[in-house]
Amino acid sequence: MTDPKTPPLLQVEDLRVSFGAGAHETRAVDGIGLTVERGRTHGIVGESGSGKSMLSLAIMGLVPDSGRIASGRIRLGGRDLAGLPYREMQAIRGKRIAMIFQEPMTSLNPLYTIGRQLSEAIRAHDRRASAREIRNRAIELLRRVRIPSPERRVDDYPHQMSGGMRQRVMIAMALSCGPELLIADEPTTALDVTVQVQILDLLRELQDETGMAMIFITHDLGVVAAVADEVSVMYAGRVVETGTARNIFEDAQHPYTLGLLGSRPRLDRNLHRLPTIEGAVPPPFDLPPGCRFEPRCAFATPDCAAACPGLRPFGGNHLAACFRAPVKEIAR
Amino acid sequence: MSHHLLELENVTRQFQVSAGLSRGRGGAVVRAVDNVSLTLEKGETLGLVGESGCGKSTLARLALKLLDPDAGTIRYNGQDITDRSRSTMRPLRRRMQMIFQDPSASLNPRMTVGELIEEPLIVHEIGNRASRRARVSELLSLVGLSDYHASRQPHQFSGGQRQRIGIARALAVNPELIVCDEPVSALDVSIQAQIVNLMQDLQTGLGLSYLFIAHDLAVVKHIADRIAVMYLGKIMEIGPADRLFENPRHPYTRTLIASVLSPDGKRRQAAPATGDLPSPLAVPEGCRFHPRCPHATDLCRRLDPALQELGEGHQSACHHAASLPTIAPPEAKRQQPTPAERRMGLAIQARS
Repeated sequence: MTDPKTPPLLQVEDLRVSFGAGAHETRAVDGIGLTVERGRTHGIVGESGSGKSMLSLAIMGLVPDSGRIASGRIRLGGRDLAGLPYREMQAIRGKRIAMIFQEPMTSLNPLYTIGRQLSEAIRAHDRRASAREIRNRAIELLRRVRIPSPERRVDDYPHQMSGGMRQRVMIAMALSCGPELLIADEPTTALDVTVQVQILDLLRELQDETGMAMIFITHDLGVVAAVADEVSVMYAGRVVETGTARNIFEDAQHPYTLGLLGSRPRLDRNLHRLPTIEGAVPPPFDLPPGCRFEPRCAFATPDCAAACPGLRPFGGNHLAACFRAPVKEIAR
Repeated sequence: MSHHLLELENVTRQFQVSAGLSRGRGGAVVRAVDNVSLTLEKGETLGLVGESGCGKSTLARLALKLLDPDAGTIRYNGQDITDRSRSTMRPLRRRMQMIFQDPSASLNPRMTVGELIEEPLIVHEIGNRASRRARVSELLSLVGLSDYHASRQPHQFSGGQRQRIGIARALAVNPELIVCDEPVSALDVSIQAQIVNLMQDLQTGLGLSYLFIAHDLAVVKHIADRIAVMYLGKIMEIGPADRLFENPRHPYTRTLIASVLSPDGKRRQAAPATGDLPSPLAVPEGCRFHPRCPHATDLCRRLDPALQELGEGHQSACHHAASLPTIAPPEAKRQQPTPAERRMGLAIQARS
């Protein structure tokens, strides 16, 4: 448990990210809170359109020009990043918060060697280092992400590497300035299953070595179960349930979380038919008036269509936004 | 004697890789599918799993004769179709269709959904305008869409609905065989289950046979009767789905199963494979899995193992198939279901 006196590394409060204005305003992120402790991994699960990627961009100060942070606070070690001018944010990005993405090939420049691209990242935050020193640091970073014979691979171009190796390079780049927080947005989704396991293991090991915190964004509950200490489940721009991994996987309260857990086929049992969640995620410009999950929910009552439930506690830090939780009977 | 619906016998297909600018000599050869034999029965689902570059998509295209094999024989309903020309293949194409991974890339954005579903009927000169329209509306309801959807365009639909349109298009000409290339991997988790259920319902209702290609083992195990595991162009193990999962007899299959991350957070035993997939341009000598295999011996480095029968149609291409350590069955189920599982049961009950 963390000392109650030290504030969490990252604390997001009531964050709203909006696009458009007036009647055309849509909220991709609508009143989200999130706490990430030092050295811990917070998994964020959601389907497409849940707002999980926009949340991570907001934390990085990278909301696209067409959108804005409409309200809320993003505190990193007590300092609010939400209103920070571009230049100050620039100093935090990369140095204190780093990010890795799904497709490493689109984030790497195909025309430069990975050594040169790593050097760029190192130099951006340390202008005094000599060329020799920077190269050695690049090789050292490749070694840290377990790339075999880093002295040789440092001169490779991205196309000479496999997908798993390229993701290791991206991780090396993200680690170059020793960030306190690493945001990983679907970092293993594009990789083969046997390579995915290796990358997840690597991230865990690096976390143990450096003590950095991670926000791990994914649509895959299996991946979250493998990496996360805490989990938040997002649906249509809101967090519908949050708690420890154990809370979520063994004591899920929200019907959406239950639906997600139930609809995955599993190796350890034979089901004749997969349970489904009917319908689809509503688009942000056409949200239901009450609970956003109400139209798809088997437990919904008329009350659920009338008002949007807030997060309520279910023991410890386990919160769920459902009027009907803990569900005991099906609505008729 | 009854025939297999589809039969591939010792099929090989290789590709010439262009030499590139910097190298003077001729390009290398990739053997994408290397001496593969398999059969598909009527009404059956054969799952084909493997990682990128293993040749599963090439195999799918060979099965439909969209590609010609360099060696081997392909039979459909007992007829040898290996050397059939495009024009003589045409009548058969009505009976074999395909569903693709990315429904938005495989649907023409300028056509309405009605036109898209009608197109295969026009191509195969089936019916007249009125009967085709009637068929379109029948197909829409078959895949869970409505008549009014016919006048809309693909961009007005969600990913799951677009995949339903892709399925309706494949079903239009009443095929017997559908090759499904990663049909659910681009879809959201909650939508995947809907599409998998739809495909199973259609199979039961229409007597379809599926060649179901996917990298997601849990989905394949759920839908397939038999499963073939491919690695660098070769079938490493094939057998009834339950048997293959309960008693995998190839180290690569074990690696794949061990890599499945399940939401109960417990990873299966069996050592994960070390290292990356080798390039298909440089397939290792001997058994192609040996550099990553924890059980490799000298024999494996020298000799490429052939598939050997282990009973009930279960075959493995491993020298040590019979002597691999038995893996303990997945840990006994907890006596008490978790509260989440009880609530899930309630949710499932609510749907039925």
